[in-house]
Amino acid sequence: MSEFVYLYRTTNEASQAAMGSPEQMQKSMQAWMAWMKQLADRGHIKDQGHPLERTGKLITGRKKTVTDGPYAETKDIIGGYTLIEARDLDQAVELSLGCPIFEGGGVVEVRPVRKLDM
Amino acid sequence: MTELQEHLFRREAGRMVATLTRIFGVENLALAEDVVQDAFCRALEVWPFRGVPENPSAWLMATAKHRALDLLRRDRRARTFAPEAGRLLETEAAPAVEDLFEPHAIRDDQLRMMFSCCHPGLPEAAQVALMLHILCGFSVDEIAGAFVSTHAAIEKRLTRAKHTLSGSKRLFEIADAADFAARLPAVHRALYLLFNEGYHGASPESAVRVELCREAMRLAALLLEHAPAATPVTHALAALMWLHAARLPARLDAAGRLSVLADQDRARWDPGLIVEGRRLLELSAQGPRLSEYHLEAAIAAAHASAPCVEATDWAQIVSLYDLLMTIRPTPVVALNRAIAVAERDGPDRGLREIEAMADRDRLVAYPFYHAALGELALRGGRGGTAQQHFLAALALARSSMERQFLRQRIAACQGGTPRHART
Repeated sequence: MSEFVYLYRTTNEASQAAMGSPEQMQKSMQAWMAWMKQLADRGHIKDQGHPLERTGKLITGRKKTVTDGPYAETKDIIGGYTLIEARDLDQAVELSLGCPIFEGGGVVEVRPVRKLDM
Repeated sequence: MTELQEHLFRREAGRMVATLTRIFGVENLALAEDVVQDAFCRALEVWPFRGVPENPSAWLMATAKHRALDLLRRDRRARTFAPEAGRLLETEAAPAVEDLFEPHAIRDDQLRMMFSCCHPGLPEAAQVALMLHILCGFSVDEIAGAFVSTHAAIEKRLTRAKHTLSGSKRLFEIADAADFAARLPAVHRALYLLFNEGYHGASPESAVRVELCREAMRLAALLLEHAPAATPVTHALAALMWLHAARLPARLDAAGRLSVLADQDRARWDPGLIVEGRRLLELSAQGPRLSEYHLEAAIAAAHASAPCVEATDWAQIVSLYDLLMTIRPTPVVALNRAIAVAERDGPDRGLREIEAMADRDRLVAYPFYHAALGELALRGGRGGTAQQHFLAALALARSSMERQFLRQRIAACQGGTPRHART
């Protein structure tokens, strides 16, 4: 088994637009939980990961300039990540297809974790 | 992992908006709504990773509270807030702040909001829409679906209503006994309309909007918990809701088809709701006032007591309708009375009652007026006439369930035997 990271990315506009009524939000919540549970039940979750705050600091350049988030220049913001175990990249992609983020116009970035040969 | 209770967000939205509006002041209703939306966003970001907290309601309210404090600190110079807001900021660490979010306070906030929504400057339809939106967390589209209206029409109605509401200087003060008693009938009426919309609703997707009935019952239960609101009339209103709700499980038959009272499988009526409805009806029998709700509840109780349609005490029901006609002489009440007369004295007597109704032309667009004429003609053995009436009803039917039901009746006319031949 190999490890992969799912990075959940949405734009502020897309996530706002996908919010809708309390009833729709609850449905969306239940869809997320059901998807996560299904992955966990099948033994694919190495680490459930964390949600990330939408605020923060950006440190750039040799001068180490510190600026405030949110990052207006980036199209989408990483809202969280999960560490996944899968056979290969194809399976990791396959498993991501059920993620409810797509309903709200979001993105899942699937990145293989590079194993270090020690 | 904790399971999410059905409709939790919708219900919490109502509670949170009511409480935050009291703290921010009624002119900042939109801000309260934003804060609530924000709390749901936080939940949506965090819960999938961490699971549902042990007490999701408390989590949401605490999140909204923190967001409210942030906003108050940021906007205190730019906006005018209610005096509660100042208290919230000054006593942030003290127990006083907890009082603002204490269960009792939150319940009173919902009552305040319920009475505020029934603002005398608003038409009844707007009052009901506003209650559904603010107190029950229904979106514009969900309300439009429930009332068979368009998004644009409901949005306009709500925008105007919110404008009226936030233009009032403060939320309705439930502690003022005289004001409270004066506004209570309007609240009763709005809850009655909400329940009725669920029970007889014209929604095309479903003839039975159980959720609207449930919300009306939840708000009526809130009224009963508050002593000054727990009048005999409130008990009567609640009794009629509970006794009708008891029949909801049987309104659709096993195949999901609309089933009228006469055809319902009474074993599927909810005995718990009937017992509670009867208890409420007994509690309503105090004081001098006999309201329309008393009478409707008594009619529902008479149906609930009958093991089958033939064993129904139709004489009692007719006299209850006679009384109801003196309080609310509408064509729909008159039609129902005529149907009860037909059950008591035979279909031809019922038809004569309908023909004698002064304002029956007001019912020509109501499908169940034509269906009633058809039913009585069919029972009188005039299948051809009955079919004409059912066809007229079919043309006016508002949902696929109603259409399906009426097609069955048309088939019964052709078969020549009514489904429920009375002896």
